[in-house]
Amino acid sequence: MLRLEKRPTPSKFWLYATPPVAVVLTMIAGGILFALMGTNPFEVIRTIFWDPLFGEFAFYLRGQLLVKAGPLILIAIGLALGFRAGIWNIGAEGQYIIGAIFGAAVGLAVFPTESRWIFPVMIVAGAFGGWVWAMIPAILKTRFNTNEILVSLMLVYVAETILAKASTGFLKNPEGMGFPGSRNFSSYPAAQNAFLYEPLGLHWGGVAALVTAVLAYILLTRHQAGFQIRLAGQAPRAARFHGVSPARLVVLCMGLSGALAGLAGMFEVTGPAGQISIDFNTGYGFTAIIVAFLGRLNPLGIVLAGFILALTYVGGEMASTSLGLPDAAIQVFQGMLLFFLLAVDVLTNYRFRLAVGAH
Amino acid sequence: MKRRNLLAGAVTGLLLASGASFAQGMDKVKACFVYVGPIGDGGWTYQHHQGALAVQEAFGDKVEIQYQENVPEGADAERVLTQMALGGCNIIFTTSFGFMDATNAVAAKFPDVKFEHATGYKREHPNVSTYNARFYEGRAVQGHIAGRMTKTNKIGYIASFPIPEVIMGINSYFLHARKVNPDVELSIVWAFTWFDPAKEADAAKALIDQGVDVIASHTDSTAPLAEAAKTEGRVIGFGQASDMAIPEYMPTPRVSSIIDNWAPYYVKRVGQLLDGTYAQTDSWEGIAAGEVEIGTITEAVPAEVKAEAEAMRDAIAAGTYHPFTGPINKQDGSPWLAEGAIAPDSDLLGMNFYVEGIVGDIPQ
Repeated sequence: MLRLEKRPTPSKFWLYATPPVAVVLTMIAGGILFALMGTNPFEVIRTIFWDPLFGEFAFYLRGQLLVKAGPLILIAIGLALGFRAGIWNIGAEGQYIIGAIFGAAVGLAVFPTESRWIFPVMIVAGAFGGWVWAMIPAILKTRFNTNEILVSLMLVYVAETILAKASTGFLKNPEGMGFPGSRNFSSYPAAQNAFLYEPLGLHWGGVAALVTAVLAYILLTRHQAGFQIRLAGQAPRAARFHGVSPARLVVLCMGLSGALAGLAGMFEVTGPAGQISIDFNTGYGFTAIIVAFLGRLNPLGIVLAGFILALTYVGGEMASTSLGLPDAAIQVFQGMLLFFLLAVDVLTNYRFRLAVGAH
Repeated sequence: MKRRNLLAGAVTGLLLASGASFAQGMDKVKACFVYVGPIGDGGWTYQHHQGALAVQEAFGDKVEIQYQENVPEGADAERVLTQMALGGCNIIFTTSFGFMDATNAVAAKFPDVKFEHATGYKREHPNVSTYNARFYEGRAVQGHIAGRMTKTNKIGYIASFPIPEVIMGINSYFLHARKVNPDVELSIVWAFTWFDPAKEADAAKALIDQGVDVIASHTDSTAPLAEAAKTEGRVIGFGQASDMAIPEYMPTPRVSSIIDNWAPYYVKRVGQLLDGTYAQTDSWEGIAAGEVEIGTITEAVPAEVKAEAEAMRDAIAAGTYHPFTGPINKQDGSPWLAEGAIAPDSDLLGMNFYVEGIVGDIPQ
């Protein structure tokens, strides 16, 4: 009989081995799925993982990886800080939307003024918008001890309603003939988040993501606040004796993750998305949760995880168009990644034991 | 190979080649479709995909079809379009309003690829065409049936977004219901979604609670019909976008439907590309061209009403009747169309007002 036994200390080996093992298991299980669907599994896996990097259209798709990975990384780093401290912000999608609306609203309010100060102010507004939206669950938690998971998640739907209002009402393009959607930032240079270097897909959002990863790494390893975050997550009681205020930590972590999600939304709406529209949000805030765990809640791991997830999106699209795979199969494939990650993760804290004899 | 230069190279190279080749037609066309939903949604995307399959059927080996489902509007659409253009698509149909800016942005980079955008109005480049269907013609027929069938004199409409296309559908529906039943009142629920079965069901429930017994919807799921089906024949409704001829919903609550039939347009455009007669257009066809169809009117509708509805459909098809023919006043009582005047298309495409008799405001 096999049974699970808790390890005295978490396994260092499995801590680092889990993500690659999960990716390999996903490839195998996904391959079986694709084979059952009558496609050549090797061709599909190659299309998803190889072609975007080295295939015929890699010159274009490589750039798209950072476009896709940037917001995921930015949001996931914020979430990871909270997750480490045991603070579960599940509503990054809502903070992303509100950040985008705040950022866009500032830019559109001064249209068509051209000034180099517009874009920086929009960045601040975007971060502020996300921060405000995250403060709602944070304050409700610290004041009334509500569950931040539920409140932050529910606020996503509130944010979506505000987004619909924005695109059909207060941010609607006055020259849009009554159709929903704001002005497109691609025709407003002062407020546009244009590509800095297109072949790499680099825009200010990508820069922010990479810089944030480094800063978060330093924060966690070198700074007092980072120590408190880690301590609160690993040993809440010890943290309290050490003088860590749980309320302050909630406000700090929720605020940081909200602001980063807001930033991601702001860079997206002024760059790749181009405008506020009813369906502006495409799930980055939720996918970032997978990215955070795939990256082991480590800022540098998250950068890598962000690119892997981006690869499954961009490559998945390729497989879908060129090999005629249904979109649902690609979504199952992405879902498998989280499933295997969590399954293999058990081995970090537990080990299998061959139980001899009867109990 | 210098792949980095491929984009620029391909653009200029094909630009030179295309001038000659398009005029003479093409031997083989790769036609690509970008869908906002899954092909199994039973409504909007399903109908576009039926159109794509019709193209394959019509031209066989001379066309190759490619499609991508569930493409989010915005940055992802731009990437999918670019991949398709790089991948050799000759003509790309983008089948949702939200793809408008992405379509025009990618079209600028691939002047040799033809882009066709559904329901939009931007044609910023010579290779971008737009197409839509005159759904308001079908709404007129539905309104007629609704006005004749209602017993409570309360009819309902589940609206999606306050855009001209939806507003003209509401107006057309109401005008034709009022015409045959002066006591009829219209309740409108704004769902702010194109496809969300739960929200649509809630909207239908709210209408039924108000005493509404005929429900039309501008959202794509079968949820409103499912709600109507729970009323033991008291409430009727219509199929939207596709026929929704589900056996258990017939003969009631689904008494008829508006079917979006994109096949004639898709076959025509790909055919033109093959034979070299393709040119940029802004197409807006209706019942006459077969793009809007009225699904079977079931026996739940009295024969007399059915005959009237079919006569109206035929008159619209023949061009002898236009659903927006004056006199029609705006909601505030100010005149819009004089006696016998027909609404110009420009008025319809920018429609942002209700006609006289509708209660309530368009959400802003």
